[in-house]
Amino acid sequence: MKRSFSEKLSSIFIATILILLSIVCLYPFVYVFSASFSSGNAVITGEVLLFPKDITLDSYKSILAKEGLWQAYGNTVFYTVAGTAFSILLTICGAYPLSKSRLVGRTFVAFFIAFTLWFGAGLIPTYLNFKELGLLDTRTSIIVGFAVSAFLVILLRTFFQSIPDSLEESAKMDGANDLQILRHIYLPLSKPALVTVGLIYAVGKWNSYFWAMVLLNDESKIPLQVLLKKMIVEMSLNEELTGSMNAANAMSQETFIYATIIVSILPIVLVYPFLQKYFVKGTMIGGIKE
Amino acid sequence: MNSPLSEVTETSVQANRSEFALKLQAVKTIVWRDKYLYLMLIPFILWYLIFAYKPMYGLQIAFKDYSLFKGITESPWVGFENFERFFRSEYFIRNLVNTFMINFWGLIFAFPAPIILALLLNEVKNMMFKKTVQTITYLPHFISVVIIAGIVTNFLAPTNGIVNIIIEKFGGEKINFLAMPEFFRTIYIGSMQIWKDVGYSAIIYLAAIAGINPALYEAAKMDGANRWKQMWHITLPGMLPTIMILLILNLGSFLEVGYESIILLYQPATYETADVINTYVYRAGLQGGNYEIGAAAGLFNSVVSLILVVLANRLSKKMTNVGLW
Repeated sequence: MKRSFSEKLSSIFIATILILLSIVCLYPFVYVFSASFSSGNAVITGEVLLFPKDITLDSYKSILAKEGLWQAYGNTVFYTVAGTAFSILLTICGAYPLSKSRLVGRTFVAFFIAFTLWFGAGLIPTYLNFKELGLLDTRTSIIVGFAVSAFLVILLRTFFQSIPDSLEESAKMDGANDLQILRHIYLPLSKPALVTVGLIYAVGKWNSYFWAMVLLNDESKIPLQVLLKKMIVEMSLNEELTGSMNAANAMSQETFIYATIIVSILPIVLVYPFLQKYFVKGTMIGGIKE
Repeated sequence: MNSPLSEVTETSVQANRSEFALKLQAVKTIVWRDKYLYLMLIPFILWYLIFAYKPMYGLQIAFKDYSLFKGITESPWVGFENFERFFRSEYFIRNLVNTFMINFWGLIFAFPAPIILALLLNEVKNMMFKKTVQTITYLPHFISVVIIAGIVTNFLAPTNGIVNIIIEKFGGEKINFLAMPEFFRTIYIGSMQIWKDVGYSAIIYLAAIAGINPALYEAAKMDGANRWKQMWHITLPGMLPTIMILLILNLGSFLEVGYESIILLYQPATYETADVINTYVYRAGLQGGNYEIGAAAGLFNSVVSLILVVLANRLSKKMTNVGLW
């Protein structure tokens, strides 16, 4: 079948828009990457547009030397790993019982969770709650305090529900209890869903900054994102105050921040193929209502 | 008291009692049958009680003269005084207007963007190209708002930012974008809403498109509908339920806006367009220690949000038969 001229034209038009959009989405990463390997001078004079100029590892060397940064990196890894493990555990504890329609009181518990999606206490009462619990400035607050996402509980519950009841019934005949059924039937069958939920939690924890900034004072406990925020704010304040600030300072600072950004998004970019695959799956499961 | 009537009532009471006992017995058996399920629910419910519902109890300080020493329960009640102070302050109207404007422009530009992207991707026949575009546009979703704000701040920096360097190269004058109130909404919506999430949201819409019955397209082709007409009369209506659900969810976070990312991009010079209710709560409450005003402003936020979701859900159900509950 021959395509008409106008159809061809619109195909070209669509492709052009999509290519432009892709460039807009990708360019910041390319620039930050190139700038982080360039000399500070090349960056502030605008010589770096696409490829690195005066290639140097200076920024990465100064990162290596900065102790606070590695500590923050370690903290982020710890919060992500421990936090995700704890979150998954609690999410299963909620999602599995809620996936059983025979459970008395299920509707009530489901409402109890869904309500928090539509009504929250707000920043101040949440903060005061941590204060009253004595969790200010503790690592526990970050790991335990933000453990459960109602959306992910619902997502996992929906997945559990899609597993045929007959499997459970035959296991019951053989005398298995609910915990054994969960462990030997449901969890192995739910691996893709569990990976999805785990990745969504992990990315959220890796990227979160707000509550860590509010709850943690101790420099030795702050995660990478909070440190980065401080550096960026400091930098823009410096520029604000000194205008065309002293060049030497600016040089190192800009490329230093770019290098820090690269180091902090590296793990995400490395696992991105998995992220994409499983997040798309999660979107599909979540899309099926009830 | 030996009238037949009292005898009757007595026996019926007894019958009721035994019926109740039977029911209790039945419930006990059922609960015992599912004991492990209930056991699992205990830590889960405890977590919700401690970290989601207990703060709601703390909301009462919005109606109190809160003192750190007396604590939440012992602080004296003051009625609506905190609310009055918040409503009368110069921030209330300004921040409400800002919240509205950011949402409004977000609805005009950021909300349709992923719909358009999904429609365009749907027209692409080359799977390789489609996949590549999706992979690239999806990536920013996984980048933290701190890093996005860092990139924006660096790109737009008044002296050394790449944008200003380019402007200067073309003979223009350098602009301090982040310090100018008139640019804030564009920067915020452009970076935090469109750049970050257009690819991510498009995937949800693509899933909706994938669910459309292919027979509809065949029938339309038979009737001589071109691509444009197919898109308009089949694809878009097929996406409508998803569009409505995302719209309702959007309205639910109407007052929340993205305060976590606004905090990263605004500065005192741009407060007049950038400051919203929650950023004010953060400054006055968490940074300024003015907890009761912050709690009052936050409660106002939560209540209005709840009302908006309920209204939006109802409206959507009436008009399109799609709702969240």
